[in-house]
Amino acid sequence: MFLTNIITTFGDYLCLMKRVMSLPERWRMFLKQYIQEMAALGVDSIGIVLLISFFIGAVICIQIKLNIASPWMPAFTTGYTTREILLLEFSSSIMCLILAGKVGSNIASEIGTMRVTQQIDALEIMGVNSASFIILPKIMALVTMIPMLVIFSIVFGFIGAYATALLGVLTVDDLTLGLQHDFNQWYIWASIIKSIVFAFIISSVSSYHGYNVEGGSFNVGKASTDAVVSSSVLILFADIFLTQLLS
Amino acid sequence: MIELQDLHKSFGDREVLKGISATFENGRTNLIIGQSGSGKTVLMKNIVGLFTPDSGKILYDGRNFVNMTSKERVMLRREMGMIFQSAALFDSMSVLENVMFPLDMFSDDNRTDRIKRAKFCLERVNLTGAEDKFPGEISGGMQKRVAIARAIALNPKYLFCDEPNSGLDPKTSLVIDELIHGITEEYDMTTIINTHDMNSVMGIGEHIIYLYEGRLEWTGTKDEVMSTTNERLTSFIFASDLLRKVKDMNQ
Repeated sequence: MFLTNIITTFGDYLCLMKRVMSLPERWRMFLKQYIQEMAALGVDSIGIVLLISFFIGAVICIQIKLNIASPWMPAFTTGYTTREILLLEFSSSIMCLILAGKVGSNIASEIGTMRVTQQIDALEIMGVNSASFIILPKIMALVTMIPMLVIFSIVFGFIGAYATALLGVLTVDDLTLGLQHDFNQWYIWASIIKSIVFAFIISSVSSYHGYNVEGGSFNVGKASTDAVVSSSVLILFADIFLTQLLS
Repeated sequence: MIELQDLHKSFGDREVLKGISATFENGRTNLIIGQSGSGKTVLMKNIVGLFTPDSGKILYDGRNFVNMTSKERVMLRREMGMIFQSAALFDSMSVLENVMFPLDMFSDDNRTDRIKRAKFCLERVNLTGAEDKFPGEISGGMQKRVAIARAIALNPKYLFCDEPNSGLDPKTSLVIDELIHGITEEYDMTTIINTHDMNSVMGIGEHIIYLYEGRLEWTGTKDEVMSTTNERLTSFIFASDLLRKVKDMNQ
C-alpha cells in the first residue's frame, strides 16, 4: 500500500511536470512573472541567508578552534575546516534545507490558496495551461536565484569566521592561511551544481503539493507542511547521491 | 447555443448526473436551479470542461466539447468567460491587471489598446476609479463586478456564472443580475447561471432548468415558475415564507 502510494504520487508528479515543462504561451507574461518570482523567492530570502550564514560561519570557527585545540594541530586547521564545511555542506545543502522551509511553504501555500479560491480553475477556463503558467516561473526563478544565495552564504560564512578573529578566537593570518590552504575550485562548482538540483526539488515538489490541494484552508496548511517535509527528505537523499557523484 | 445530450457523470458508485439533456439559446439568460447536492455545480463543471462526463455530448454551436483534442478545447475556452462563486480574482494583481489578464494572454493588441479595452470593461460594470486597488481592498459586490469585466474582456460567446450572488446583499445581487442580463443581451451571448437565489429566478430567468437528484425535473420561464404544478419544484421555490405569501397574494 505504502509503495503503491509512492509510485502513484511519483506518477502524478511526473504528469504535472510534463504539463509544466511546456513553452510559455506569452513570453512577456512569463518574463514578468519570472522577475516577480526571483524577487519574491530569491531576493526576499537574502536577509535570512546572510544572517544565518554569518552566525553559523562564526560558530563553526569557534567550535572547531575549541575542539581541536592541540599543539600538534597546525594553527591554520580551524580556517581550513571552516572553509570545507561551508563550501561542501553548509552553504549548499543545509542552506537549501532552510530555504525549503521558507520558500517551499510559501510556494505550496500560495498555489494551494489559488486552488481553493478557484483561481486555477479560472485560468483553465480561460484556456491557459495553469500548471505551466504558475509553476514554471517559480522553478526557473529558484533555479536562478539559489546558486546566487549559495555564493552569498559562502561569503558571509567567511565574514562570520573573520568576525571571530575580532573576539580573539584566532588570528586573521591563521584564518586566512587556513581558508586558502589546499583550495580546490571544484568544490564551489560542486556546491552550485548541488544547489541547482535542490532548487528544482524545492520548487517543483512544493508546487506539486500546492497544486493538488483539495478542500479548504486546513488542507492548504497541510500541503504546506507536506511540501517542506517532502522537499527536505528529498534534498537529504539527493545530497548523498550528489556528494558521491561530484566528489 | 449550447446543447447537452444525455449527460451522465458518476463519482465512484454515486451517479450525480443521470442523463441530462437541455438546450441553452443565444442572447438569453439561462438558469440552472436546484437544491444543494442536486448536481448543479457538477453539471456546470462538465459544461466548462473542468470535469469530463462519463457519457453524453456537450455541443457548443454544434461542436462536441467532449470529443475535442486538448488544442481544440483551449481554442474553444478562449470563447468562454466565467464568473465564479468566489469571484476568483488573482489577488496578486490590481483590478486593472485582473481585467487585462485575458487580453495580455491572448490579444495581439498593443499595451495602450489593452488598457483602453480593460478600462472600457470596467466602465461597463460601473467600476471606474478602482483600477489600482487590489481584490482584498474592495467589497464582495465590487469583486463580482471585476470578475464580470474580466469575463467579458475578450468578447466571449459563452458566459458561465456559478452562484454569482452568493454572499451578496439583495440590492447588490440585483445589480449583478441586471448587469449579467444586460451584457447577455448586448453581446448576444449564451449565458448559463447556476443559482438557488429566487430573486434571480424571478428577475432574469428567461429559461430555467430545475435539477432534482441529478435529473432534469422541469424546464420553463420565470413566468411559468409561479404557476407550475410540479410538486418538487413548488416545494423548492416556495420554501421561502416570503415567496409563499407573494404567491398567495397573486392568487
